[in-house]
Amino acid sequence: MLTGFAILVDGLVYASWLFIVAIGLSLIFGVMKILNVAHGAFYAFGAYGAATLVGLYFQADLPVAGAFAALLVAAVLIGLVLGSILERGLLRWVYGRDEVIVVLVTYAVFLILEDVLRLIWGSDSYFAYQPYVALGNVVVGDMIISNYDLGLIALAGLTAISAWWGLTRTKWGKLLVAVIYDREMSTAFGINVTAVFAITFLIGAMLGAFGGAFTAPKISVTPGLGVEVIVLAFAVVAIGGMGSIPGALIGSLIVGWCRAAAVHLLPEVELFVIYAVMALVLAFRPEGLFSRMQARKI
Amino acid sequence: MWDRTIFLLCAIFVAAVAGAFVMPDWAIFLATVAVAKALVVLGLMILWRTGLVSFGQALYFGAGGYAAGLAGLWLGLSDAVLLVVFGSVIAAILAWVVGLLLARYREIFFAMLSLAFSMILYGLLVNTEALGSTDGVNIIAPTFLGYAPLGAAQVRAVYLLTMASGLIAACLVQIYLQSTIGQLAGPIRDNEIRVEYLGASARAVIHLKVVIAGALAGAGGVLTALAVGHIDPEMAYWTTSGGFVFVTILAGTGSVIAPFLGSLLFETVRSFAMVYTPETWQLMLGSALLLTILFFPGGLWSLFERRRAGV
Repeated sequence: MLTGFAILVDGLVYASWLFIVAIGLSLIFGVMKILNVAHGAFYAFGAYGAATLVGLYFQADLPVAGAFAALLVAAVLIGLVLGSILERGLLRWVYGRDEVIVVLVTYAVFLILEDVLRLIWGSDSYFAYQPYVALGNVVVGDMIISNYDLGLIALAGLTAISAWWGLTRTKWGKLLVAVIYDREMSTAFGINVTAVFAITFLIGAMLGAFGGAFTAPKISVTPGLGVEVIVLAFAVVAIGGMGSIPGALIGSLIVGWCRAAAVHLLPEVELFVIYAVMALVLAFRPEGLFSRMQARKI
Repeated sequence: MWDRTIFLLCAIFVAAVAGAFVMPDWAIFLATVAVAKALVVLGLMILWRTGLVSFGQALYFGAGGYAAGLAGLWLGLSDAVLLVVFGSVIAAILAWVVGLLLARYREIFFAMLSLAFSMILYGLLVNTEALGSTDGVNIIAPTFLGYAPLGAAQVRAVYLLTMASGLIAACLVQIYLQSTIGQLAGPIRDNEIRVEYLGASARAVIHLKVVIAGALAGAGGVLTALAVGHIDPEMAYWTTSGGFVFVTILAGTGSVIAPFLGSLLFETVRSFAMVYTPETWQLMLGSALLLTILFFPGGLWSLFERRRAGV
C-alpha cells in the first residue's frame, strides 16, 4: 500500500519534470519538424544559469521568496539568448534540408554547447539547494514529500494548462496549429511562417531552460547533465507522438510511473524499462500514441 | 568485380602490413582502433545510402564487444579470429531480430527506434553487477591460432588481424554495393513505392542492410575490445553511436575507402586533442560537423571526387 503510494507520488514528480523538458522538444518538432538534440544543452544551460543566479541572489542576502523569481528569470534569459542565436544564426539556413541532416546540425550544436558550458562554468559542481530547503516537507503517513516536488507537479500542471489554452484559445495558438497541420497551406493563407518558426523555437528553448532551472535546486549541477536528459525527453516524445502536447503529457506520465515502479519494485531494470516501453509503443504505433499517421507520398 | 577500388584497398592493406614493422606502438594502437571503428562506419554508410541514419549503432558495437569478452571469460574462447567471427555473428543475429521491426521504419523513426534499442542494452549492462556495471570488465588476452603473444607483439597481432578484417569487410561491401540488391539503395532513398512497383521489396532490402551493418559493427566491437583489452557499457551508449554517425558524415559515403580515411583522421585528431586541448574537443567536433554539413554535404571524400572530375 505504502509502496503503491510512493510509486504514485514519485512517478508524478518525475513525470512533471519530464513533461516540462519534453514539451519544448515536442513543440519544436511539431511546428518545425526539427528533432532538436540541442534541447539537452538548453536544459543544462538553464540549470547552470539558475544555480549561478540563485547563488548570487543569496549572497546579496535577499528574502528567500524572490529566489523562485530568480529561477524563472534565469530560464527566460538563457532561452532567449541561446534560442535566438541558434535559430537566427544557424537553423534558418538549413530549413530546407533533410530532417535527418537537421538532427545532425542540432547534434553538432549540442556538442559545441557542452564545451562552451564547461568553458564558462568549469567542471566544478554548483548547488542551489536553498529554494528546495526553504519550502520544507510534508509528511503523509510514513512518507516524507518535499514541498518543492509538489510545487514542481503544480508547475507542470500549469505548463500543460497554459500550453493547452495558448494553442486552442488564442489567435497565435491557432496560427501555430495551422502551421503544424500544413506548412505550405498556412503560407498560402498568408501566415508568416518564418516568424512562427522563430517564436516557437524561442518558446521551446525557454521551456528547455525552464526545466533545467527548476531542477537545479534538487540536484548538484555538474557537467554532462544534458546528455541523459535528451534521450529521456526523446523517449517521452516518441511514446506520446512527436509534436503532440497531450502526447507529451501522457508520455511523461507513462515513463514517470514506469520508472518509479521499477525503482521501488525492481531497481535493476530502472534504465532499461523506459526504453523498453518506448520500443514497445513504437513497435505497435510507429508515430507514437497521439500522432496522426502520415499519408504516404508517391 | 575486381575493380579499381579493390586493387586500391589491397595496396593500402600491403602498406598497412609493412607499417607494422616501422610504426611506433602508439601509432599501431591508434590505427587498430581507427580501423576497427571504421567497420562500424562502413555499416552506417550502407544504411546512409538508403537515406537511413541509425543513432543506435552502438547496440551492435557493444553487443559484439561483450559477446567476445564474455566468450573469453566464461567459455575460455581466446582465439582472436574465432572471437571476431563469433561477435560478428551474435551482432548479426541481434540485428536480424531488431531488424524485423526496424525495417518498417524510415527517417527519424528509424533513428529513434535504433536509439531506443541501444539504450535498452546500455541499461541492461549498467545494471548488471556480474558484468562490472559501469566499470565494465577486462577481457582475457587473445591468442592467434595457438600463438599467444604478449606486450608489443600482441598489439601488433591485433593490428594485423584488424587490418585483415578491414580489407575483407571493405572488399565484401564493395562487391555488395555493386550487386543488384546493393544498387537498390539509391532508388529506395529516392522513391520507395516505385521500387516496390518494380518488384523489389524495400523492406527486405533494408532488413538485409540492417543485418550487414550490425555484423560489421559487431566485428568492430570485438576488434576494439581486443585492442583496448576492456569492455564497458559506454560502448553501447548513445554518444558512441553519435560518434559513429559523425565520422560517417565527415568521411562521406562516396566510396568504401572513405570510412577508413575518416575514422583514421578522427582518431588521430582525437588523440592529439585529448592531450593538448581536452576541454575543447567536443567544440572542435561540433564545429567540424557543422562545417561539413554546411559546406561539404558529400563529406571529405567529395573533395577527392571533385578533383578527379576536374581532371
